Amino acid sequence: MVDDRTREAAFALHRFGLGPRPGSIAAIASDPRGALLAELERPGIGAINNPDLLTSAQASRAGFEAQAARQAKNVLAQRAQKEAERLAAEERQGMSEEAGKMAEPAKPAAAPQVDPAATPERQNFLKEVRARLDAALLPEIGFAERLVWFWSNHFCISRDVVPNMAGGYEREAIRPHILGRFADMLLAVEGHPAMLVYLNNQVSIGPNSVAGINRTRGLNENLAREILELHTLGVRTGYSQTDVFNFAKVLTGWTILPPVNNPEHGAEFVFNARMHEPGPQQVIDKTYPDTGVEQGRAVLADVARNPATATHIATKLARHFAADDPPPALVERLAKTFRDTDGDLKEVAKTLVVSPEPWSSPRDKLKRPSEWAIALSRAVGGRGDPQRFVNGQRVLGEPLWQPPAPQGFADTEGAWIDGVGARLDIANNVAQRVAGRVDPGEVLADALGPLASAETRAAVALAETRQQGLVLALMAPEFQRR
Amino acid sequence: MPALLSSTRRDFLIGSGALFAWAHTPRLARAEGRDPRVLVVVLRGALDGLAVAAPVGDPDWVKLRGDRALVLDGKPPALPLDSFFALNPAMPNLHRLYQAQQATIVHASATPYRDRSHFDGQDVLESGFSKPGSYDSGWLNRALSRLEADSRVNPRGSRAFAVGPVTPLVVRGPAPLMTWMPRQPLPASEDTQARLLDLYVHTDPKLARALEGREDLVALARDGGMDAKPAGAQNPALVGIARVREYAAEVVGSAARYLAQPDGPRVGALSFTGWDTHINEGAASGALAGLLGVLDGAIAAFERNMGAAWSETVVVLITEFGRTARINGTDGTDHGTGTVALLAGGALRGGRVIADWPGLKDANLYENRDLAATTDLRAVLKGVLKDHLRLDDTVLGNSVFPGSADIKPMPGLLA
Repeated sequence: MVDDRTREAAFALHRFGLGPRPGSIAAIASDPRGALLAELERPGIGAINNPDLLTSAQASRAGFEAQAARQAKNVLAQRAQKEAERLAAEERQGMSEEAGKMAEPAKPAAAPQVDPAATPERQNFLKEVRARLDAALLPEIGFAERLVWFWSNHFCISRDVVPNMAGGYEREAIRPHILGRFADMLLAVEGHPAMLVYLNNQVSIGPNSVAGINRTRGLNENLAREILELHTLGVRTGYSQTDVFNFAKVLTGWTILPPVNNPEHGAEFVFNARMHEPGPQQVIDKTYPDTGVEQGRAVLADVARNPATATHIATKLARHFAADDPPPALVERLAKTFRDTDGDLKEVAKTLVVSPEPWSSPRDKLKRPSEWAIALSRAVGGRGDPQRFVNGQRVLGEPLWQPPAPQGFADTEGAWIDGVGARLDIANNVAQRVAGRVDPGEVLADALGPLASAETRAAVALAETRQQGLVLALMAPEFQRR
Repeated sequence: MPALLSSTRRDFLIGSGALFAWAHTPRLARAEGRDPRVLVVVLRGALDGLAVAAPVGDPDWVKLRGDRALVLDGKPPALPLDSFFALNPAMPNLHRLYQAQQATIVHASATPYRDRSHFDGQDVLESGFSKPGSYDSGWLNRALSRLEADSRVNPRGSRAFAVGPVTPLVVRGPAPLMTWMPRQPLPASEDTQARLLDLYVHTDPKLARALEGREDLVALARDGGMDAKPAGAQNPALVGIARVREYAAEVVGSAARYLAQPDGPRVGALSFTGWDTHINEGAASGALAGLLGVLDGAIAAFERNMGAAWSETVVVLITEFGRTARINGTDGTDHGTGTVALLAGGALRGGRVIADWPGLKDANLYENRDLAATTDLRAVLKGVLKDHLRLDDTVLGNSVFPGSADIKPMPGLLA
């Protein structure tokens, strides 16, 4: 049935993709499942190849330089002010008492104003946002980009801690592996400077290492714990505090080259043997000989392959793509593919598409703010404005690359539904901007097709203005959910 | 409006618009020593003309609307216009202008559009074409482009001027536009919130509860006199009528300040929404009266800010169609046909209600439901454009209102 296919196409674009652009539903209606699978085979899918973008290390060094230059400017300004105060005081001493009273004390010189929007760091960030918006707005479906977002949130870092590396981190550690092997992504992530700084491993020192003996600083368990709890096995899956402790020792020496004084190098991964805890370590029933940086790689390779990791990842994927309460049959199907293929993420993504559950689970998964905001831009044919997108995400409680904690942004309705009022304000602003060039009925047809309920169609058609009709279309339950 | 809209409408008005600068003043007007200004205000949502200017002298009036009929001995009483019509008491400024012969009401008027879709109706109203369609220019823009300009160069004339984020179709077209944004846009109106909530109530109770939760928070903040800003909201969600009044006065007042300047723009347009009163419309008081009060205040603000230039000004307030003559089942009115066009300004020969009154008996009503339209709105607009801006009949009939050669400009509107 053609109608069923059209409905399925619209469904797929919301559930697996980033929402239809005008024409998307028709474009994939002949074979929605095939179109999803075909997107995964497209060469370069998921990558951002933009020569203008700095690597995370370059961005970090540039940020360091800019910060240092601003600091020097401040020091000069302070010196100038002190000098001005001194001269004023001398002048007052030379005057009569009466005149001295009337003389104005030297006004504090205004500190040099730095427009935060104009800093090199901000410009770099906005370039990264522009590239990420393009990656989300241009593809017909956006299934691969949804996978990027999923993995970026799974292995999240925060701009609060690593302000200049977030975009580069995603491009370097996440994107190349979304359809590759989980173990490779894991290795890329845990060895990335952004993650090492975010979870404090760059300062973790083995107590019995050369550096540990010479200094009083020591071990930091943060990265080791989050790898096991959040990134691989999952919480309460059998590992012990001793495993965390020993794994942390294994990871000592995984640090970054400090971004100082060398324009060519800095803020890159480096294994510092002087910080590395010597000796074999036992992690989850296996003893790893001290092979330096290889010791950590060996542990990561094993936890990547652990069946608990397969189940953990499968559960999160099923929750993200199918339902807040993940269907157990889907979880098992995904976990089995993960186990059978040694964590081949393309095979896992394909299993998601060919399994019945993502197609049969009720269409009531509330879109996260970012999913809704991008779907909205796609629906009205917008190109997306980086600054506006960033501000909107902040208002909606999902600031880009800035989750509140290492577990990332929540993936269930309860965390987001109370933000519907803020979504309304944003929809209203967008509608004001585009009401002159788009028709609400067409947007409804393009974005939801047969998924739009009779009630929604009526509300949009009877709206008082095009702007109001657009707001109702973009706020309709069918558009808020996927 | 379907039964699915059950919530109470409160205040809801959003303004936006555009003003044109042109490089030269119209030659003919200037030759007469005049410097004419025109402001067009589009009232989106279909204004109930019978609730603005009530035919209190029509024996069928009270029969038709019962206790929702404006009457001369009502509470508060309607303001008498002539022996037949009376004005909604929410509009004392318009009444004052009327008495000073600076306001005219054209009743039982409508565009040529006879269906009842807001979007299509607004397209016809603003495009100047006789049928709905996809148009990229409005009649005011085309009128400007056909003016014969004199040689007085206005240094700012190469730029046009717009108010608010949505430029009304009526001023869109080839002429360039300047924009002026209000300090803060209004957040989603209470009308939009009410419609959305109603949709949620009928289709998604969980979203309905979430949206209601925010509205409760806003109401709480308002009652407590707090600076309402629900967590996560970009704009204060507080859209009390006071905020709307302030916004309307800001938008209209700014438009006036630009129009009043000796070398500023001479023609502009604004729009206000919120006139789609399907539910609890009220009469001498209530929702519509509240809105009319805002509009009345905006007219006064415009008059004040125009200063001496008010004497050379015409403000035209128009809407896409009227509403049902009878009250519907939810104390409101549904989409109709005939309505009022309001004119105000010092350049008018006002103090008149112009109407070829069709009557209110069942047989008089259009399709036995709406006030019939006996005056083509284009005649009114042509009358203003001809006598105020000096556009000739051929231009008006061919390019400003295409295919309307048989609709003659209404004479005698200007002083």
